[in-house]
Amino acid sequence: MSEPQEVQTLQVDKTLDCKGLSCPMPIVKTKKAMDELNPGQVIEVQATDRGSLADIQGWAKNTGHQYLGTIEENSVLRHYLRKSRPDEVKAEQKYPYVASNEDLQVKIAAKDAITILDVREPAEYAFGHIPGARSIPLGELEQRADELNPDEEIYVVCRTGSRSDLACQLLANKGFKQVKNVTQGMTDWKGPMEQAVEK
Amino acid sequence: MSATTSLLQKMTAGELTRRVLNKEPLFILDVRNDSDAADWQIEGESIELINIPYFDLLEGVDAALEQLPEDKDVLVVCAKEGSSKFVAEQLLEAGRSRVYYLEGGMKAWSEHLEPVLIGKLQDGGSLYQFVRIGKGCLSYMVVSEGEAAVIDAARMTDVYSAFAAEQGAAIKYALDTHLHADHISGGRKLAEQTGGTYWLPPKDAEEVTFDYEQLEEGKVVNVGNIKIEIQPVYSPGHTIGSTSFIIDNRYLLTGDILFVESIGRPDLAGKAEDWVGDLYTTLHERYKSLPDELIVLPAHFGKITELGEDGAVSARLGDLYERNPGLQITAEADFRRMVTENLPQHPNSYQEIRQTNMGKIHPDEEQQREMESGPNRCAVHDK
Repeated sequence: MSEPQEVQTLQVDKTLDCKGLSCPMPIVKTKKAMDELNPGQVIEVQATDRGSLADIQGWAKNTGHQYLGTIEENSVLRHYLRKSRPDEVKAEQKYPYVASNEDLQVKIAAKDAITILDVREPAEYAFGHIPGARSIPLGELEQRADELNPDEEIYVVCRTGSRSDLACQLLANKGFKQVKNVTQGMTDWKGPMEQAVEK
Repeated sequence: MSATTSLLQKMTAGELTRRVLNKEPLFILDVRNDSDAADWQIEGESIELINIPYFDLLEGVDAALEQLPEDKDVLVVCAKEGSSKFVAEQLLEAGRSRVYYLEGGMKAWSEHLEPVLIGKLQDGGSLYQFVRIGKGCLSYMVVSEGEAAVIDAARMTDVYSAFAAEQGAAIKYALDTHLHADHISGGRKLAEQTGGTYWLPPKDAEEVTFDYEQLEEGKVVNVGNIKIEIQPVYSPGHTIGSTSFIIDNRYLLTGDILFVESIGRPDLAGKAEDWVGDLYTTLHERYKSLPDELIVLPAHFGKITELGEDGAVSARLGDLYERNPGLQITAEADFRRMVTENLPQHPNSYQEIRQTNMGKIHPDEEQQREMESGPNRCAVHDK
């Protein structure tokens, strides 16, 4: 039972209303909606059946989709999932300038003047990110690159190092000089984390 | 498929209980998610069970079909019932027959109470045990001369009211052997509904927010015009106030202090070290001084094998000193070590359950159900 809190909204690609439905319908509908999403897109599933929490987690684990987290408000559970991208884990990383998670942790600990750019989806970012990291999803980076300083040292992170690889290439093409891909990504991150939402 | 599709049949929790007690073969397909299924399952000597989450069967049931026997009844089980019907219907469409779903799912299974007659009392009354088979809890009703007392009532109070009505008895007393941590007591509600009184050991009731009658050693609660005495015996260890009852000079209701194949755990309301000494004294001095002939009736069973032929859970006190593993270690230091080193996981939500039983929080029925989900874990089992 969580404390009453302000309604928090996370940017998603689709919202699915399963309120009032009981098992198996929330999962049946989630599966159908997920089939229609593009890989990498994020869905919010609203459910009132408390059993949906463990079931969504179990289903995501067995299907390979990424379970991001759940926010509970006024007896409504809002589950966030990201559709898996089959090539994501295996994708070859092409951008040559890389850093390890440990390199980045050292930089953070030394309080060096760097920018950490998190290119995951807003919902992924919301459920856990490196303190101070800026959130610009990969899909918006083309339009929003001018929010960043091209002369600054930028460490780009995502979940597994693959979206950040694409982001680094994009920024390099735009003339950014000091961009590094953090190759392991948040799945292996052992440094400090903060959340934008309460799970 | 040319074969006609068989009809989906439902099985109630009561019917399933009878199958378990009669040791009739049954194959259960548990379609809950892996973690819930691993947490607690339907058990029985004649039961075979596999777990495949329903969400792994959305594309088809082939993975289940190849594991299901053709020559046994198959019962599909889920949390509430919806997913089990969904899967069971697909099994039927695939040409299977003898397929059932559990009505009300594990929720109903967890709430089912099966009354079993323990025995007739000397002066014409009866003692019944209510076996909450899905959860391992045992409660009791003493009936005599149109009056009834319920001991360690579960929160499904309607079952006791209806049963008492069938016996033509009015419930006058609801008693708890201790402040429970594994299930929500129905004692107070039952007393309120029937205009009876609710009795609790005062040492367990220091923080309660309601009025109650103090269960103290030496007090006698009479049920019926004919005297059937319920004598409380102060027997701390599981909780500081834990109290046992001797009924009709024949039955010893031990609460969560002594079970048939194990003993109570002393850590759910404080530190194990604080109460393990009390537990030792109760088991090895207090109970030891009682007649061996007493029939022990505990508030829990740990394993399904503790159920006797008719479903009742009971044992002669003298026999337990011979064969209960928890009573075989008689040196106090060894006993302390055995208890404190073998404590199982805590029951789910045990803190919230205690708060509810003290009247400090007031969860609704759905929340109460959720708090009680899972196994009870009130015993220390030898390893």
